Amino acid sequence: MYGLKTDWFEPPKECYYSLEDYEGAVARWCPGCGDHAVLTAVQRLCRDEQLPPEKTVMVSGIGCSSRFPHYMKTYGFHGLHGRALPIAEGIRSRRPDLNVFVVTGDGDCCSIGAGHWIHSVRYNMKMVVLLLDNNVYGLTKEQTSPTSGRGLVTNTHPRGAWLDPINPIQATLGVTNVSFVAQTIDWNPAHLFATITAAHRHPGYAFVRVLQRCPHYTDEVFDIARKDPNQLVLLKHENGIQLDESVARFFPRQVEHDPLNIHEGRRFASGEEGIPVGLLYCDPATPRYDHNTVEGLATPRAEKLRAVRKVLDGYRI
Amino acid sequence: MANPALKKVDPQDPGETLVDPMKAPTEISEHIVEFVSDSGEGAQTAGVLFGTVCAKMGAGVWTVELIPAEIEPPARSREGVSGNRIRFAVDEVTNMGDEADVVVAFNEQVLYARIDQEALKAGTTLYIDKVWSQHPDPSVVEAYTTAVADFRERGYVVHEIPMEAETLKYVDNPRRGKNMWTVGLLAAVYSMDLQPFLDEVRGIFERKRKGEKVIQANYKLLRGGYEWGLSNVAERYAMPIQPATKPRVVMNGNAAVAVGAMAAGFEICSMYPITPATSASHYLAGFIEKAGGFLHQAEDEIAAIGFAIGASYSGKTALTVTSGPGMALKTEMVGLAVMCEVPLVIVDVQRGGPSTGLPTKVEQGDLLHSLFGAPGDAPKIVLAPSTIEECFHFMIMARQLAETFRGPVVVLTDANLATGQAPFSYPDLNEDWLSPPVDQSEWEQGVLPYAWDADTGLSRRPIPGQKGGQYVLTGLAHDERSKIAYASAVNQRSTSMRSRKLASLKETLKPPQVIGPDEGDLLVVGWGSTRGAIEEAVGQLRDAGESVSSLHLRFLSPLEPGLKEIFARFGKVMTVEINYSDDPVGALADGENRRFAQLATMLRSATLVDVDCWSRIPGQPLPPGMVKAGILARFKGVS
Repeated sequence: MYGLKTDWFEPPKECYYSLEDYEGAVARWCPGCGDHAVLTAVQRLCRDEQLPPEKTVMVSGIGCSSRFPHYMKTYGFHGLHGRALPIAEGIRSRRPDLNVFVVTGDGDCCSIGAGHWIHSVRYNMKMVVLLLDNNVYGLTKEQTSPTSGRGLVTNTHPRGAWLDPINPIQATLGVTNVSFVAQTIDWNPAHLFATITAAHRHPGYAFVRVLQRCPHYTDEVFDIARKDPNQLVLLKHENGIQLDESVARFFPRQVEHDPLNIHEGRRFASGEEGIPVGLLYCDPATPRYDHNTVEGLATPRAEKLRAVRKVLDGYRI
Repeated sequence: MANPALKKVDPQDPGETLVDPMKAPTEISEHIVEFVSDSGEGAQTAGVLFGTVCAKMGAGVWTVELIPAEIEPPARSREGVSGNRIRFAVDEVTNMGDEADVVVAFNEQVLYARIDQEALKAGTTLYIDKVWSQHPDPSVVEAYTTAVADFRERGYVVHEIPMEAETLKYVDNPRRGKNMWTVGLLAAVYSMDLQPFLDEVRGIFERKRKGEKVIQANYKLLRGGYEWGLSNVAERYAMPIQPATKPRVVMNGNAAVAVGAMAAGFEICSMYPITPATSASHYLAGFIEKAGGFLHQAEDEIAAIGFAIGASYSGKTALTVTSGPGMALKTEMVGLAVMCEVPLVIVDVQRGGPSTGLPTKVEQGDLLHSLFGAPGDAPKIVLAPSTIEECFHFMIMARQLAETFRGPVVVLTDANLATGQAPFSYPDLNEDWLSPPVDQSEWEQGVLPYAWDADTGLSRRPIPGQKGGQYVLTGLAHDERSKIAYASAVNQRSTSMRSRKLASLKETLKPPQVIGPDEGDLLVVGWGSTRGAIEEAVGQLRDAGESVSSLHLRFLSPLEPGLKEIFARFGKVMTVEINYSDDPVGALADGENRRFAQLATMLRSATLVDVDCWSRIPGQPLPPGMVKAGILARFKGVS
């Protein structure tokens, strides 16, 4: 009784990318590390969005999470501790055709690279920035990170960390020209995937903080939230991150939050309502610096030569 | 052509000429003029105007900016001297020269700064504004009177000139006019035709989009000074300048770097403000977009080079421009570019160091840092242009070397080249230089991202967008596949491959040219901006019968070939540099612990020749007279 409509069939694509096309070396993170979940989500995103591997660049700094590019089969830039963002900005500046992802950790982004972090938010160049935050330095063997909770006992603070942690989403939301800030959790892969997808589709700089544990050094850091989902506040809105009911039901506390409302977004970011999960702020109309840096890209050589000659003529005597 | 010296110009009608047979000018072949004032009084503008007109007439010119560190230091202070030195001559001028012949000073105190710099000699003519002799503050009057007496005592020829009083005839604010009036005055002293000055002034103010009223006001000042000079100043000089036969341009070294970068096809300049490099970026900011490029002012020095590395990795031509403290901050990123073989050009406009040092002053202090300032072995190409003209051409060469040898190229200029102005031949341009290196064709299957050629160390790099070329660049030790590799054999091999690139470049270089006889008692070796002064000093020594030659290096890494053989033909080899070295005799200096100048250190290790050195860090370019004395001190043990 239902006839097949012929236009349901799309013409076959010349090239169809499967998950394997994005799978690089076997990941060498510890079993149970949250990085694995993020890697899976990013590979799935690439497949679902059919991002050409040669047009996709994973940029990272130094740290456990910064090994990320090696486990992808795209282009990658595994550079210096804290310096992924300037490099990603340089890549983005004149290559609007590339998909740029930055994978960074809490030490990489919020400590040694903090100056670049603040400015990268203000530049608002189109890229996805994934902050894999496990509240500790892992690769260098358990030192306090800027997001470690006060009292966390580490090798550098055997009597417990002296200071309260920096709040990365609150800090990001405080920067002029911020355009997309979301928070997600590694123990809910569906939410993680939905968040990274929204970040990728955002026309600008999308900052995603992934809360995750380090199985060796901060195994219990999010235990309260994992065991008691009432610690989490799911932010939902028609312009927010869309979840299936089957996923949303894991979040008993849900509030409506318009992602254009930065004041409310900052209030949720402060944590006073609980740990926010979802889209805190998003304004797709935020001005983008990469729209400036890309100007003149197609200038023909002859015109460039005329411009050089004109400048030289200005110095002619 | 009638001698323009013998014109008398009515300020209202410069066309009318009167012959004054009493003022036959003295013919000169070269002179050094300085304009000095407090900051903000326009002495620099006056100097640039005077120098530009001399260059346009066909003279050889070298100008030096005299800049205080502050934007507006206290008035009438010795430290606050601001202005310009112009050395102009019938022939080409390659350096700032020794003491000035004529100095125009808007107050007497700033002259002491020049005396401290040994810029004056007995017989130097001073034109000083005498407004201070009638100042309401008696302490100012006393300071002025005492100084003028002191100047006469020192043997200077002092003329007290009513600069301010005369300027006030044409404008309300003498601070905005005195400079033009004095340029007119010097036009009379040097028997120059006023018309080129009027034309230049029109050009300057039209470029600044000023109206006809401003131009006419400046015409009146120039004519007023010229007229006053003809009637009141005894000195009269004339230089037989021949018009240039080939088209020329005139600019400073930072402008040459900027225009050279544009001609070389750089698409991205990523920088952070730092003296004395910033003006190169100012120039680029003014015109790089006209060629489709972009100037990025980063949040710090590290981000500036990181952005450039990212752009270059993505297949765009990128440079960063900095000075010593910025080089220090960029060190880790330079190492990354070496390790990952990312083409990059780094221009280091050297200033005095270490630390914040002497921000506006010249030093050749970054050579060893450029070469060795990285953990581990980080071989890179280091070039040093020796003239303003080379600043232009080296940018084109630097880009080509960075791409061919797949790594960073450091171009060492300095504050002397950066702010000095000199004319040079209008350069040839090539449209091919303006192509970006982006290759988006499919990557050849099976070719690894670091498929090092065993003989040359060279390899081809995949660029994002090239299908099949996907690899992960890493600052960790890596093999040909760019896979992280800690295996000892891999690290040994990859490090030697990166090193081999320098050896292959060296194979393509010619031995440097010896200026003077091919053999003799002494060979003086220099690098960078000192070339003009060294060659002039060595030339004078040869004229005095000494057996001295000189040699100037442009390639510092790799070093130019054949040095050992050349050095063997001379009884003694020494360097002359603007960086620190111990004198050979001193409290603690002996044969073993003496610290040598930077190039000397390199040459000693590279050639095993006992290369001596004479170096000074006076915070200004080395004048040829000082170089000559320094050479004699090492050569003959006299000082």
